[in-house]
Amino acid sequence: MFHICLLMFSPQNYPLYIRSVPCQNELKFHYTVHTSLDVVEEKVSAVGKSLADQRELYLGLLYPTEDYKVYGYVTNSKVKFVIVVDSSNTSLRDNEIRSMFRKLHNSFTDVMCNPFYNPGDPIQSKAFNGIVSGMMVQTVCVF
Amino acid sequence: MAGSQWELPPELCCRPMAFVALTGLDVVYNAVHRAIWDAFCANRRADRVPISFKVLPGDHEYPKCRTKRTSYEWYIPKGIVKTGWMNKHLNLVPALVVLFYELDWDDPQWKEKQSECATKVEIVRTSLQGRNTKVAVVLIQKKTPLPPGEDLVASERASALCSSCDLSGKSLFVLPHTDHLVGYIIRLENAFYEHAQTYYYTEIRRVKSHKEFLNKTTHQLLFVRHQFKMAFLSELKQDTQNALKYYRAAYSLVHELRAHETNMLEIKTMAGFINYKICRLCFQHNTPLDAIAQFRKHIDLCKKKIGCAELAFEHSAWMSKQFQSFGELFDEAIKLGLTAIQTQNPGFYYQQAACYSQDRKQMAQQLCQAGTTYPSPDPLDTQSGGLDFYGQRPWRQGHQSIDPTDPEKEKLGILALQIKERDVPHSELIIALLSNAVAQFKKYKCPRMKSHLMVQMGEEYYHARDYTKALKLLDYVMCDYRTERWWPLLTAILTTALHCAYLMASVKDYVIYCMELLGRASTLKEEQKSRIEKNLFKVLMNDIPEAESECDQSSVGAARSLWTDRMALSGSNELTVEMQDYIPFIQCKARFQSPSFHVDQPIQLQVFLRADCPHPVSFSKLTVSLSNQEYNQWCVVESSGQDSMTLLPGKPRCYNFSFVAKTEDVGKKVEMTGIEMMLGGDSGRCVFLSWRGAGGDAASTQEALQASRSSRRWGRGNEARQELDWDTLTLQHSTMIISRVPRICVQLSHQPPALTNEMFCINLTVQSQEDVMAKDVKLTAGLKPGQEAGLGQTTHVTLDGSSVCDDNAPALLTDVPLGDLTPGEKLEKCVYMKCVSTGPRIFLFHVAYSIDTAVEGRHIVCNCHKDETVTVETVVPFEVSVKFVSTKFEPLEQVAVDIPFLLMTDILSSSPWPLLLSSSSLQLLTVTSSTPQLQSQLQQVVLQTGESASECFCLRCPADTSSSNTVATGQYVVSWRRKCSSADSPLIQTTVTLPHVILESVPLYIYADLPSFGRVRDSLPVRYHIENRTAQVQEVEIAVDPSDAFMFSGLKQVRLRVLPSTEQQMLYNYYPLMAGYQTLPQLNISLPRCPTSSSPTLRRFLPQRIFVKPQGRQPDDASIAAA
Repeated sequence: MFHICLLMFSPQNYPLYIRSVPCQNELKFHYTVHTSLDVVEEKVSAVGKSLADQRELYLGLLYPTEDYKVYGYVTNSKVKFVIVVDSSNTSLRDNEIRSMFRKLHNSFTDVMCNPFYNPGDPIQSKAFNGIVSGMMVQTVCVF
Repeated sequence: MAGSQWELPPELCCRPMAFVALTGLDVVYNAVHRAIWDAFCANRRADRVPISFKVLPGDHEYPKCRTKRTSYEWYIPKGIVKTGWMNKHLNLVPALVVLFYELDWDDPQWKEKQSECATKVEIVRTSLQGRNTKVAVVLIQKKTPLPPGEDLVASERASALCSSCDLSGKSLFVLPHTDHLVGYIIRLENAFYEHAQTYYYTEIRRVKSHKEFLNKTTHQLLFVRHQFKMAFLSELKQDTQNALKYYRAAYSLVHELRAHETNMLEIKTMAGFINYKICRLCFQHNTPLDAIAQFRKHIDLCKKKIGCAELAFEHSAWMSKQFQSFGELFDEAIKLGLTAIQTQNPGFYYQQAACYSQDRKQMAQQLCQAGTTYPSPDPLDTQSGGLDFYGQRPWRQGHQSIDPTDPEKEKLGILALQIKERDVPHSELIIALLSNAVAQFKKYKCPRMKSHLMVQMGEEYYHARDYTKALKLLDYVMCDYRTERWWPLLTAILTTALHCAYLMASVKDYVIYCMELLGRASTLKEEQKSRIEKNLFKVLMNDIPEAESECDQSSVGAARSLWTDRMALSGSNELTVEMQDYIPFIQCKARFQSPSFHVDQPIQLQVFLRADCPHPVSFSKLTVSLSNQEYNQWCVVESSGQDSMTLLPGKPRCYNFSFVAKTEDVGKKVEMTGIEMMLGGDSGRCVFLSWRGAGGDAASTQEALQASRSSRRWGRGNEARQELDWDTLTLQHSTMIISRVPRICVQLSHQPPALTNEMFCINLTVQSQEDVMAKDVKLTAGLKPGQEAGLGQTTHVTLDGSSVCDDNAPALLTDVPLGDLTPGEKLEKCVYMKCVSTGPRIFLFHVAYSIDTAVEGRHIVCNCHKDETVTVETVVPFEVSVKFVSTKFEPLEQVAVDIPFLLMTDILSSSPWPLLLSSSSLQLLTVTSSTPQLQSQLQQVVLQTGESASECFCLRCPADTSSSNTVATGQYVVSWRRKCSSADSPLIQTTVTLPHVILESVPLYIYADLPSFGRVRDSLPVRYHIENRTAQVQEVEIAVDPSDAFMFSGLKQVRLRVLPSTEQQMLYNYYPLMAGYQTLPQLNISLPRCPTSSSPTLRRFLPQRIFVKPQGRQPDDASIAAA
């Protein structure tokens, strides 16, 4: 069983959505993801400088730690997605992560389209939850 | 010391340099030798060859060389690398021994000295028996040597010395002790360096040659050892490329060794050493990526090689050391110019090192419980006091089989190691590593990583029971997490901090952390919150709180006694907590009901409170401080025992205050400076929760923003909601006190625009609509302040309309008392404005009065005022144009002296109102009037808009006028007023300065006396007067041109003389032949003496034409008779 953790942040960097499977050691995930924001911020500000790169939302592997790999993604409205997986999980390659982010972004767009959702509030959408759960189960249980 | 077991040996970490021993130098007593030694060892900068020199006595015993093995057949190695080997080659076995000997070529005792030198060389050689160490001789000479080949004695003796000492010529050096010592020394050491390199080269060859004797089954250790030795010797030779190659080979060989529990430590130790060397060389070769790749490989290979399970902490310690030393290498490389980046910097390695140290600590705690007494005899003792081979166990050195020889000894050894591990100051190590990492992350812009590590440091201090430091660190980072709104992390930190505060019995900190953990930012479960709240109330009751669950028992006992002491201590029972910096469990928002209040209304203020904790909270006092402290007394609620002072969980409560503003505060702002709430009471402890301004805390701004966003979307829904929406409550921290609404009516009537200089009248009507007497009505009227700067000087205001005011009248009349106004009374007042310049002006009419009124039963005297402004344009009433013409009404450019001319004035009205011109007058200067009495021709003339009035005056410039070219003529004064104004209103004098005239003096003046008209065939007598205006006699020639219209009699051509200042007359009788305007016969006048005044200039004085009437039916006989 591998760990996977998914987080989304508002443009002000507070969490909008946190989900990690399995639940133990959640705090450590939180710290890891929070520290990864340093790299996200740096990358986002670097993108701003060169207009040509602006289309690429996927930030790639943010930084490797001994135990986890942290991947980042930034939407145009500067909402950040971060996925943390175990370093030992070799089956999730760049492409898989990329498509996971794309899927997430799509369902996040749906959340934003909901007129009852106030941007900046924590996401509590059931549909979104369902999609995330599906994605996680898929990635965790393949092995 | 147990910690140092994992330190890398210094001989591994230093940069290996060729070792050269210098003998025969007496550096203590011989000054020359001292100078030579200093030249060798002082100032060794990078440009000098890398040699480490040592002075040794001539008979120094070098380490004995063991007899060389001829066959490895029966040899079983006992370990990989001996602990003394590196040091031996760095510091004990020289590559070259240099013998210094004082001997000049022409020494008288040459023979004896030569043999003494040979003996000394022999002694050195004996002591180096079996080693390949080179020997060289340096002759210290007093004389400068001659160029080579010139000194025959020298070369002969040199070769003799070489042969007696059995030296090659290359190993004999001469060091003249003269001025250029350092230069010679540098040349010498370069030669030494070459010898050393040869030595190391042969050593490498020698080690390499062993390879063919080895077999793969029994000599695996030797493969590693030999590669390591070759690498190290290559480093000594300064051949780092080859050294790296050998180290890499050694590294892969070390992992090929059969690993089992007994030799795991040895393998890891050596792998660590070799890895260190490889990384170090890679950084040195400026290939940091290779270094990082090697290190990653190293970690991946070794991570799982835990070895003995009972000593698992050793593995973590070793791993930690690997990361730490790599971090240090990285850091060093950065100091030498390498650039690191945010995601790849030494900080990560320090962090990982700290992480492994934490693992080590945990494992040590798990594994090191059992042993109580340290085993005796000490299994860690060795006979030599150290180990023979790196990474072996002291109780079974040299043992290479899979199973330990003596299981009992093994057990004791492990126990001893476990007991030693207990004494290791783990927390100290972890904190040191973390603080290294923090320093790095600070450098590479990772603020959050830094905060995270600081949290870890804080936690480590907490575990190390240094609560003060722990709190300091946690407190520092807490606000970062608070501003980033990471509540789970903040809660975790707060929980640790609460433990610290509890264990320290720090009341204030304890209270603060409790409050925040109860607040809405805390993600704790309800029951935990409930427990914390109970604890908080206990502290407020001056009781000891319950222990935090995760604290260990021994420290809880200590904490309890601390708390008891704290409680017993009376005195500091009050504490104030600033809420703005936290997210406390009681939220406070306050607002004035309105951004402004009239002074006759009570000021209303609301304080909203909400508790987020699970149980109701009672408080004993709520006070609001205002910028004017006199109002504070009205903004206090104190508990009187009922439930109004209890906040129910999640239910906002509103407290209303109202007070009456002081009349002297009208126009001022009242601000809330703070809100204070008292928890607890006199019986126990009281805590003042203090909010600055109008409440709010570290999170409320963002919440309000978020709420405003949603209310913008759902604005309609909001109004329908009955319950107070906490998030949308906005703070209103100040209010303006404004004066009472006046109940009087101020009206202005006037007739714009104003005319320049006139006394413009504005009629002011004030009517009271008050119910009671308006007292002290005062009027301030005039130019509104704050307009264009110059307007103040050109505007004058007065109440007296009977005369034109002077320039001393002010632009703004202030506080003109108008008496009292009874209800309904009307009052009128005229205010006169005199505007000297044109343009728009704003006039202000400010009527102020005071009135007695009552607010909430209090009698106050209110000052009210009403302002009216009016904008008035000022225009010029009329334009005056002036021109000078000759008596023939021809425009004049110059005026001739003593000759009459005309002044014509023209007044063009531009006023929209009819003007009454009362009179006009001329005030002449220089020129005089030709008519005896100047009379105005414009008396009582009324001008409508666009009409004009003209006047004509005949003037003359007197003859005695000074000769100056231009002269002032004087002023034209018009006095006028509006026609519609009353008859007694003052007349305005408008003065127009007349233009200057250019004077001209004529030498000759000629004028004609003739009737105003002629009649056909009727005689027309014309008399010409010719005046000489000069002091000379003037000769004048006059000729009359014939004319078709006239016949004439008189002198047709004459030449006459006119004496100075006299005149001559010429009489002609013209006889008109045609009716109508006829040109008179032309008079040609010339002055031969004065050619400037020609005929045309003189002719301008004369009439050109005359009107001739037709012949009448009854001709006048008299005129015929005259003809």
